[in-house]
Amino acid sequence: MTTTLPAYDEVVARYEPVIGLETHVELGTNTKMFCGCPTDFGGAPNTRVCPVCLGLPGSLPVANRAAVEATIRIGLALNCSIAQWCRFARKNYYYPDMPKNYQISQYDEPLCVDGYLDVEVNGEPVRISIERVHMEEDTGKTLHVGGATGRIHGATESLVDYNRAGIPLVEIVTKPIPGAGAMAPEVARAYVTELRDVLRSLGVSDVRMEEGSLRCDVNTSLNLPGEQWGTRTETKNVNSLRSVERAVRSEIIRQASVLTAGGRITQETRHFHEDTGDTTSGRSKETATDYRYFPEPDLVPVAPDPTWVAELKAALPELPRVHRRRLQQEWGLSDLDMQSILNAGAVELIEATIAAGATPTAARKWWLGELSRRANETGVELADIGATPKQVAELQGLVDAGKLTDKLARTVLEHVVAGEGSPAKIMADRKLEVVSDTGALTAAVDEAISANPAIADKVRGGKVAAAGALVGAVMKTTRGQADAKTVRELILERLGVQG
Amino acid sequence: MTDLTSFSAAELAGLVARGESSAVEVTQAHLDRISAVDDRVHAFLHVDTEGALDAARDVDSRRAAGEPLGPLAGVPVAVKDVLTTKGVPTTAGSKILADWRPPYDSTIVRRLRAAGTVMLGKTNMDEFAMGSSTEYSAFGPTHNPWDLSRIPGGSGGGSSAALAAYETPLSIGSDTGGSIRQPGAVTGTVGVKPTYGGTSRYGLVAFSSSLDTPGPCARTVLDAALLHEAIGGHDPLDSTSIPAPVPDVVAAARLGASGDLTGVRLGVVREFAGEGAEPGVLAAFRAAVETLTKLGAEVVEVSCPHFQYALPAYYLIAPSECSSNLARFDGVRFGLRVGDDGTRSLEEVMSATREAGFGPEVKRRVMLGTYALSSGYYDAYYGQAQKVRTLISRDFTTAFDQVDALISPTTPFVAFPVGARTADPYQMYLADLFTIPSNLYGGPGISVPCGLADGLPVGLQVMAPTMADDRMYRVAAALESAVGPFTPPAL
Repeated sequence: MTTTLPAYDEVVARYEPVIGLETHVELGTNTKMFCGCPTDFGGAPNTRVCPVCLGLPGSLPVANRAAVEATIRIGLALNCSIAQWCRFARKNYYYPDMPKNYQISQYDEPLCVDGYLDVEVNGEPVRISIERVHMEEDTGKTLHVGGATGRIHGATESLVDYNRAGIPLVEIVTKPIPGAGAMAPEVARAYVTELRDVLRSLGVSDVRMEEGSLRCDVNTSLNLPGEQWGTRTETKNVNSLRSVERAVRSEIIRQASVLTAGGRITQETRHFHEDTGDTTSGRSKETATDYRYFPEPDLVPVAPDPTWVAELKAALPELPRVHRRRLQQEWGLSDLDMQSILNAGAVELIEATIAAGATPTAARKWWLGELSRRANETGVELADIGATPKQVAELQGLVDAGKLTDKLARTVLEHVVAGEGSPAKIMADRKLEVVSDTGALTAAVDEAISANPAIADKVRGGKVAAAGALVGAVMKTTRGQADAKTVRELILERLGVQG
Repeated sequence: MTDLTSFSAAELAGLVARGESSAVEVTQAHLDRISAVDDRVHAFLHVDTEGALDAARDVDSRRAAGEPLGPLAGVPVAVKDVLTTKGVPTTAGSKILADWRPPYDSTIVRRLRAAGTVMLGKTNMDEFAMGSSTEYSAFGPTHNPWDLSRIPGGSGGGSSAALAAYETPLSIGSDTGGSIRQPGAVTGTVGVKPTYGGTSRYGLVAFSSSLDTPGPCARTVLDAALLHEAIGGHDPLDSTSIPAPVPDVVAAARLGASGDLTGVRLGVVREFAGEGAEPGVLAAFRAAVETLTKLGAEVVEVSCPHFQYALPAYYLIAPSECSSNLARFDGVRFGLRVGDDGTRSLEEVMSATREAGFGPEVKRRVMLGTYALSSGYYDAYYGQAQKVRTLISRDFTTAFDQVDALISPTTPFVAFPVGARTADPYQMYLADLFTIPSNLYGGPGISVPCGLADGLPVGLQVMAPTMADDRMYRVAAALESAVGPFTPPAL
């Protein structure tokens, strides 16, 4: 089957997209949501379990205070109201990786409601309304063995690992976001980026999308201008910031092609595929599952003391937006310069590089220049490029000390990115240091003079510009590791000419 | 020397403490009694002979070493098979858990061990504590020692029958709608439902989380109080556990035993003192009210107008919670698994397991509860029942403004013949008519023998405000001192 998909620009000229985001965050608490089992990533299957997170008969949950605290702090950072009294609820459905066949979550009484998060898209402020922030427990993981695809079809057996069961999760749900128009994919990405930065600044999660500690579901619908919102789909398996943007874009195009052909959108879950950038149909939600929610009778209500909430609010760290404004001032950057740093996702990297001793100008030069270029070429996030802020600061230090020229420094950086170690070590191992040993350099200069007597005479005769040829010869014998300016001065000195 | 099985727990603890009997002798006497009579009574699903003798030897050696012993050290206890016991079978009366040996002890059992009591074994019950006769046990009914052709009540019929048969001086039950008090009443023993949250539910296989309350069973009020003290109190593993010490129930039982109730105001629940109970039960109850008056209590009538809605509200709330609580029995991680022959889907294996593993009463309640929680029906059923629950609690608090405690018959009828009520679930549900309100409210209730009707025991229920468990112990002990004891015919 070959269908030609419509062009994005045409689609968004005709339809208005409405998006919404549900984000799950694994909290970085030491223990699970309702028991004392450790939460660290990894570990042999089913070793971080107890009667409670295995849902054994008779076991009972007890809410983790640290998780409640982290959720309240997230709610406060997102400008939410914090409920004075709320309850957990049971979400009932059968699945083998869910030990009790119900998930303890929150339903009509979430801990935090009605907030917002301000983000910037291409320098324009956009306010994203937050509907709710609530607590729940994660499920285990099912592994299907024996099939070709690792999926349940064709598998000969299924294995379940309950280490993840009961890890505290926070779900952050936006209100529907209309009016973004063609910018909807960028708005989605900007929101998740900003949310990630907020969560990181709060220190409540390591927010790593690849490891699944930050998971994003994207709701998308299209409507014609002036008409009601369309039927929405929910796209899962969106595992990077780039994918958030791509998933929205591809779903907008797909829905438009269905609608334009006179079809209708099915309310369903769709899966995003990183490799193709497409979404495919998951399970239909048209026959809605009845989760039979009811208040969790095993847990007492959560009633955070208002004084405690006020203390948590007062102790919130500087949030990323405020922090960035302060940095921009400290670094003396224009809005445009700051924006390019933001777009490159380089704020924290540059900040850390400065903290390691580099000047703002130098730090910005490396991250936005050479390193951004390489990141784009190889398609990785700047933060995962392989060079650390400390290494970049060290590299700049070597330039400042005259041990590396700019050109040599770029060569060293290439090896840093390849994982060969610190700049100083690479410089030494690969003998890339500027030749500053005057003895060796003088010998090279003398050699060049005696090998080119005619040019030397011209220079002696006052044609100083002719010295360039001698400089070139010296640079050739020192394989570019000498500083051209120093070489030139030395030549003139040896020939007794004033520079 | 008198047979050691005829002593109360308090007396046995004294014998062991003074070295007049060893814990091993006490334990062996009860194990022998179980061997002699339990094939006819069937109070036990599992007798842990080795574990019991080990625990008894431990008490004896600690005593020999001069270590201090608790007030119940060396006293045997039987535990309803709904509480987890590490390495010892825990079935909840269900085929679906027939071979399950839990990897952990419930808090109650942990505290029993810490107190130096000797666990004899696990007692029979209606499957998942759903029933009023133990006839819904997947392992066959328990018989009432007063008349082996009759039921011993339920769901904790095993724990109460074991007391009446002198197989144990103490036992543990769990009371969701009357499962401790009603068996106590029909076996002529004492049964206590403590304040909800006063005893830990950790390790209690859940039926209805907001109602389930483990509690003590004994032949005397003082013994029940001693056991209550040993198992009660705050447990950080149960979120709904009340962070307060156990009311001084032992002192209250001792005070009551003096037989003086001067200054105590008791309320007869008008709605439970007329129709709905057998004439013999009502006659015994009225006689007990007279006795209480003679002991100095002031008895007045109070109205609790919403109690009449307790039974229907209960039969929405309890099944709703159980439909969710029992979802975990799916054959994936523990217990029975049926149909896993490589040809069936996961969903088919789960279904086949539950179809084969659950009995008819459990299925009935799971279906009722699933329906009541369904979207579109939630407000009309579960939501409405929760409102009724609030009104019933209000009836209690209003009544307790006027009186110290409420009294009623424990159950409308004496022990009925095996098979008499299994055909009609509603007739079975009526057994808990008078006990359910306390569960919906969360307050404590005790059943104490108050007389006989046609040669079968009748129980009087005393209900107190939440965390005022001591009040009902005082009243029950006073009545006990005036009317007891009631001893069943020899088996």
